[in-house]
Amino acid sequence: MSVMVARKKVVRKWEKLPGRNTFCCDGRIMMARQKGIFYLTLFLILGTCALFFAFECRYLAVQLSPAIPVFAAVLFLFAMATLLRTSFSDPGVIPRALPDEAAFIEMEIEATNGTVPQGQRPPPRIKNFQINNQIVKLKYCYTCKIFRPPRASHCSICDNCVERFDHHCPWVGNCVGKRNYRYFYLFILSLSLLTIYIFTFNIVYVALKSLKIGFLNTLKETPGTYPSMVLICFFTLWSVVGLTGFHTFLVALNQTTNEDIKGSWTGKNRVQNPYSHGNVVKNCCEVLCGPLPPSVLDRRGILQQEESTAQEESCPRGPSAQEPTAAQGPGGQAEESSAQQKDGSLPHLTAVPVPSLSNAEMPEEKQLTSGELPVPSQDAGQAEH
Amino acid sequence: MATEVHSLQELRRSASLATKVFVQRDYSDGTTCQFQTKFPPELESRIERHLFEETVKTLNGFYAEAEKIGGSSYLEGCLACTTAYFIFLCMETHYEKVLKKISKYIQEQNEKIYAPRGLLLTDPLERGMRVMILSKAQIEISIYEDRCSSGSSSSGSSSSSSGGGGGGVGGR
Repeated sequence: MSVMVARKKVVRKWEKLPGRNTFCCDGRIMMARQKGIFYLTLFLILGTCALFFAFECRYLAVQLSPAIPVFAAVLFLFAMATLLRTSFSDPGVIPRALPDEAAFIEMEIEATNGTVPQGQRPPPRIKNFQINNQIVKLKYCYTCKIFRPPRASHCSICDNCVERFDHHCPWVGNCVGKRNYRYFYLFILSLSLLTIYIFTFNIVYVALKSLKIGFLNTLKETPGTYPSMVLICFFTLWSVVGLTGFHTFLVALNQTTNEDIKGSWTGKNRVQNPYSHGNVVKNCCEVLCGPLPPSVLDRRGILQQEESTAQEESCPRGPSAQEPTAAQGPGGQAEESSAQQKDGSLPHLTAVPVPSLSNAEMPEEKQLTSGELPVPSQDAGQAEH
Repeated sequence: MATEVHSLQELRRSASLATKVFVQRDYSDGTTCQFQTKFPPELESRIERHLFEETVKTLNGFYAEAEKIGGSSYLEGCLACTTAYFIFLCMETHYEKVLKKISKYIQEQNEKIYAPRGLLLTDPLERGMRVMILSKAQIEISIYEDRCSSGSSSSGSSSSSSGGGGGGVGGR
């Protein structure tokens, strides 16, 4: 009589996602791998604001108005909230094609292109679509094995296709795409306002104090803070304000940085931007206040793996003791509930290993993990930034 | 030998795939989420054309409703912006509400129309909104028999899922 002990090890889908992202808080937070510059951004913002609140606000609140630090605090909190939202959210990653879908697309491509003789380079995999009377080309992504939707692009740093890909921002530690572009824009806008605000009140503080005790004495009082703050503010001002201006221009025309850099919609013989409504206000409203699609990655969905261990040695179960029961790809609630129901209603079925089924599952799992490995020769040509 | 169709969940688990039909996205209207209403020839013998087209058109309508740019979406966007998007911690977005409606509709369609014809429609959300899959499910009677006899029998069901090598079990 063997006693089977089934231990459930809960594995969430984010742990098996391909691509070069890091996940925190059990899949709730999603960022790029290199986070160094993001920590620098945080340090600069927190440091400058801490100095401002510690030294100048006290004087200015008394001398001028208590609304000054209050407004600065509101701007600071808004900038931090939008920064964290931009950095931690899914930019609009398109999940990779599962093997069945990839095989179907390959079949379709071969049907259109026909067989290529040996030694010849296969024609580029492109599909043409007509959008608003303009012909738009859809490119095939060799890494994700899908035809990318219009405006999507593959980020070579994160190794993901991202919808409405804008750019990969190291300062924010994440890609900027469809789902987090508005947070990114509001972050740089609020940061510009905050920088201008702090810079202005730095100058006001120095001016006020100089009137009372003289300019040199003012500098002597707190030698460290002014040069650093003024330098940071000055340089941040020119870069961040410039960036905000550039993105305001892009929003008004409903373009992405990627399209602007590649010159997709400029030039004589090029297609005009089919996504623009022609009206600046409408474009702004759509980009900044339009509906926000939820993430299709399902990072926190459960991939259940049951490990049945026999307590007695006389029951050799072999390698097929593991039985992956749930879907490999992004799945909805129905998948979870079906797996759970299965476990509840048919206990002896789950305890019994299913050799050929698990063997059938294994290649799929292997294919998914091999997707994680970068394919340099194909990627170098195809990966777009 | 009763050919009973048990619950939809059991159908998903026991489905063996001879073929899957992929309904791709239709990008002619831009980046909005729409699926091609063209009737796939593989389904010719399985389901009536108008039923399929009606399903796809209704789904397209739902997606258009989710992505509609109008007064209410602007209001939601502006309200969220003023609260620094903290309001999304307690409130569901309009898009998420419509996606829930869509999954309910798909389940209903599966129960009423597709399962009786031996088909299974998957929610595009499971595939990143790229494609809708109609999989041909075959109900294996041997599963139920073998399950009753002894514990060592799931090989009966798994040998019939030979088509699952590339595709995995139905509903994916």
